[in-house]
Amino acid sequence: MSTTYADKTASATGKYVGRAVDRVDGPAKTTGEARFAAEYPYPGLAYAALVHATIPRGRLTAVDTAAALAVRGVIDVLTHENAPPMKPAPKVSFLDLSTLVSGTPVNYLATDEVHWNGQPVAVVVAETPETARYAASLVRPAYEELPAAVDFAAEEGNAVPQKGNLISEAAADKGDAPAALATAAHSVDLTFSTPPHHHNAIEPHATTAVWDGDRLTVHEAAQNIAWTRRHLAQRFGVPEKGVRVLSPYVGGGFGGKGSVWAGTLLAVLAARATGRPVRLALTREGVYHTVGGRTPSTQRVALGSDADGRLTALIHTSVSRTGRAGGMGEPITAGTRHLYASPNIHLRQNVVQLDLLANTFMRAPGESIGTFAVESAMDELACELGLDPIELRLRNEPDRDPVGGQRLAHRRLREAYALGAERFGWSTRDPRPGVMRDGRWLVGMGVATAYHPSMRMPANVTVRLGADGTVVVRCGLQEMGMGTATVQAQIAADELGVPLESVRFEYGDSDLPSGPGAGGSAQTASAAAGVLDACDKLRRTLLGLARRVPGSPLRGVRPEDLEARDGGLYHAGRGQTYAEILAAAGRGHVEAESRAGMLGFMVRTLRERRQWVRAATGAQFCEVRVDPDTMEVRVSRWLGVFDVGTVINARTAASQLRGGIVMGIGMALSEQTLIDHRDGRIVNASLSEYHVPVHADIPRIDVQWLNEPDSTMPLGLRGIGEVSITGAAAAVANAVRHATGRRVLDLPITLDKLMG
Amino acid sequence: MKPFAYVKPADVEAAIQAAAQPGARFLGGGTNLVDLMREGIEQPDTVVDVTGLPFDTVDDLPGGGLRIGALVRNSALAADRRVRERYPMLSQAVLSGASAQLRNMATVGGNLLQRTRCPYFYDHASACNKREPGRGCDALDGFNRGAAILGVSASCVAAHPSDLCVALAALDAVVELRGQDGTRRVPLTDFHRLPGDTPEVETVLAPGELVTAVELPPAPVAANSRYRKVRDRASYAFALVSVAAALEVRDGVVTDVCLALGGVAPRPWRATEAERLLVGGPADESAYRRAAEAELAGASTRRDNAFKAALATATIVATLRELSTGGDPR
Amino acid sequence: MTQIRMNVNGSVESLDVEPWVSLLDALRERLGLTGPKKGCDQGACGACTVLADGLRINACLALAVQYDGSEITTIEGVAHPLQEAFVRHDGFQCGYCTPGQLCSAIGMLAEYEAGMPSAVTPPGAGAYELSESEVRERMSGNLCRCGAYNGILDAIMDVAGEEGTR
Repeated sequence: MSTTYADKTASATGKYVGRAVDRVDGPAKTTGEARFAAEYPYPGLAYAALVHATIPRGRLTAVDTAAALAVRGVIDVLTHENAPPMKPAPKVSFLDLSTLVSGTPVNYLATDEVHWNGQPVAVVVAETPETARYAASLVRPAYEELPAAVDFAAEEGNAVPQKGNLISEAAADKGDAPAALATAAHSVDLTFSTPPHHHNAIEPHATTAVWDGDRLTVHEAAQNIAWTRRHLAQRFGVPEKGVRVLSPYVGGGFGGKGSVWAGTLLAVLAARATGRPVRLALTREGVYHTVGGRTPSTQRVALGSDADGRLTALIHTSVSRTGRAGGMGEPITAGTRHLYASPNIHLRQNVVQLDLLANTFMRAPGESIGTFAVESAMDELACELGLDPIELRLRNEPDRDPVGGQRLAHRRLREAYALGAERFGWSTRDPRPGVMRDGRWLVGMGVATAYHPSMRMPANVTVRLGADGTVVVRCGLQEMGMGTATVQAQIAADELGVPLESVRFEYGDSDLPSGPGAGGSAQTASAAAGVLDACDKLRRTLLGLARRVPGSPLRGVRPEDLEARDGGLYHAGRGQTYAEILAAAGRGHVEAESRAGMLGFMVRTLRERRQWVRAATGAQFCEVRVDPDTMEVRVSRWLGVFDVGTVINARTAASQLRGGIVMGIGMALSEQTLIDHRDGRIVNASLSEYHVPVHADIPRIDVQWLNEPDSTMPLGLRGIGEVSITGAAAAVANAVRHATGRRVLDLPITLDKLMG
Repeated sequence: MKPFAYVKPADVEAAIQAAAQPGARFLGGGTNLVDLMREGIEQPDTVVDVTGLPFDTVDDLPGGGLRIGALVRNSALAADRRVRERYPMLSQAVLSGASAQLRNMATVGGNLLQRTRCPYFYDHASACNKREPGRGCDALDGFNRGAAILGVSASCVAAHPSDLCVALAALDAVVELRGQDGTRRVPLTDFHRLPGDTPEVETVLAPGELVTAVELPPAPVAANSRYRKVRDRASYAFALVSVAAALEVRDGVVTDVCLALGGVAPRPWRATEAERLLVGGPADESAYRRAAEAELAGASTRRDNAFKAALATATIVATLRELSTGGDPR
Repeated sequence: MTQIRMNVNGSVESLDVEPWVSLLDALRERLGLTGPKKGCDQGACGACTVLADGLRINACLALAVQYDGSEITTIEGVAHPLQEAFVRHDGFQCGYCTPGQLCSAIGMLAEYEAGMPSAVTPPGAGAYELSESEVRERMSGNLCRCGAYNGILDAIMDVAGEEGTR
């Protein structure tokens, strides 16, 4: 596969690509026909429920299961004393990325160790879900408690420098930023904090597990079925080819379903132990206790500039946390590395291990909270300088990557801000804080830059064309609502010149060609590369078939001169339909495959990283209204202008971008996971006390995109799943600063932080 | 949830009889009790479903008052034209609580018996004197941003979660109770108890006693009334602070006022001290502020909820200002 | 075990349930109607919204025995212009909250027609328009973590506009 797509970007607005096409799964989702992981009936299905530890660290000394076993309808209670063994999780290796899929290294029910408050320590299997849950409440674990460190604020001084990895460095130094800061004409030096967050996909994680000998079928709410399959095969010591993971529908993930967590393993284990098909649907509280969330952070951002607002010093350091058993340091300063031209840059990421459940990826890990800090600090510097915050950003827009010096693959932030300012009415903003009003409401307007790197992963794809004109595209990826299935069908329809209705895209099944996970905003571009490649091969195969037939109008035509349209291949007004080609060749169908090896992928990724920096970027515009009596903040208007390359489907893309902004508004104003500093217990493990935005919190969100293809990406497209949450919280904070004169450094911006 | 027996009596006598057994609980809309049962916090042996009893109407009382059956659904109460006209704060209070789905289920009687949303009450792993008397209170030194600041004790700082009850407290509502010994009437402001040393005892209800109705006396002042709820999102969240207020002003002087607070106390809090200071005084912002501050003077705050006194003060002032100007609060 | 009869999506269903079985679990696990979703099982998300005798309720907090004799409509029994409007306006992404959003919206429109006010309805009992802020408030009992609120609002306004306002 070539690494540039200049030839494809020219045709980026095809018959379907670029259009607002209805989702292919729309009817299934609006009629109740779409079945999720906990919705597959099996004869003899049993139900499992988890028992969670109530101490942060220690050893189990006993687990009293007598009362639970005495409940009518209980089939078994599994504990570390009687559960069949499970193999330990494989060590993380970048040569086999599937090793990243283990949420924690804990070997549940094969250990008496308790690593966090909420860790599963027993599983009840029963005839009904009600019985399982009730009996689980009767299981009494006894512990020997050990000292635990659970308080992030108290422990952050013990943080150590984070290690970088192949795709993300954890530190950067250019020039002498501290010295430059000390002598800067203008400067700000601020310390920010962000709380833990949870994904809170509305579908709680669920697994339905069915064994047949050594063959295993798992209906799973998963973001990466290929890795999940391999991981389950490894943990249960069975051949990978006998494991089938099915995730045709996933009720939201946002990173929370990107790893294999306790519920999945224990459902499979319980099915193995009882010989029954077992369903384990986590309770909402159970999700909090067994699925990691976003790390809290403390961040320092110090900026120095000359009198004109040109940065002379840029310092961004962070502390995040992992569990002592699992998790990864977050790339909090990763975006800052690429945002602003400054001769002196100092970036550091530190991490502290606590006796809490491992953290995990949540929509734009690192960048979402990192941009809150750096984009708030930029706004504060603009206030300090008396300079318009957009102008400050434009004066510091880099031509090449500020740290690495690479070319910027495609960056149109200037255009994004220009379009946004015009469309949002930025010129009506009185720069003085606290003076704009709407009736009694204080009004504020803020901006911030959005930034998220564009990545790709390997994807295997097959495309099959039948004599009846139908096209089946197969790739084992996951569709959590991003629009993946729809956009890949659009791409294939254009590539083969067939009606969209005749394309069926099969996904969500690990028996399909191995697809990319839904993560890193990489899935659409990754799969698109495979679809393009497979369609190209298919056209060549068809051309080969046609050329063998005497009298074919395609004889002598070169592949690159072909035009796929109207259900056939044409050149200069002459050609044949696919049906004619296949009939003449005596074939019922043709099929082509695109395969991407992991080694080639890694080599290419590393090479490309030396060549250029690719990212989706955007300009976020937020207007808030603040009640001057109670200091309640309401977001009243929003505009995001994004530079995300080619947009394949205007409708699903808009939803993806809006969705990130909605989550960003939640992060800004209301979301926080409360972890008790004494025992590491999550205190608000519910949707009633963890406040995700409701309808009434969300105004009209205007999303725009520049729609200029990035010639280094397939079809010129960039992933859009994460960019729009970045910068969002800062845009809110900056608007609140404008409305009230108050800079809130600590998320969420609740009214108590604006009072007094 | 723990297995239980379910009975649905056809008349009130049978219901009271059934509930006289130890371990029996009345069930209305279920929006709070079913949740607490699933969490294992409530573990009744018998559930007595009273939704078949004929207490589901709103009826006029002589002089302009209303009698609200205990089984009137929240949504029906909020939509009642008489309530909207005579006691607008009551309709607003109901509509600011929960969600439309829950309001379609929840009953007035059940709302009176709603239990706190203190997160430590909900989590078995935590110490809570209300859930397990004598075990201690993790909220005292834990997350207590939502906790009460008035009427609290060393054993419990949990706030009462109801919106409806705040309006009822402001409106001098009287609760009608039916037990084995007959019927009695209790002012709403006496119906809920402060925690003291027994936070598990939340009301004056005797075992097996059933709430049958709530009566609202005529209150002309209530035609000019408001319920203002302040919370962490725009809808579908419990109050940080709420204010139920009715105000009458003549010639710049406050001639009548009803004021109650939610989110700040273990029970709906009638602001009698503020009312006393307001009546006869000037209808201006500084008078409102002085009265509010006097009401909150006894506030006992903890790590995270110190803001509630200032927020309650600001919300009282804003609500009274709105009522005295008749203008939009915004 | 208690025997109950419910008219579910137009067909009379008779089933034996323990009193602690929720209406949601009865529908999902006993009747195989998995359209109503379990998102929190505690009345905090609205994914389980169904219509009971025409009123939208949270099936997770309803004991099935309490709905003996009721008429229950789940998404499987719905044929409403809102469904197509949700597709046209992209009122969902993952689709998990969608059945609840749809049932809730249907119940909401009926409530509006019947004169039910909301927290943002001006005081007094006069007629009022079903504005966007009214719809947002009335639909706030249905969380959408994908953040498809704009699309849901558009779909509802579109259909409500066709049906006329009160």
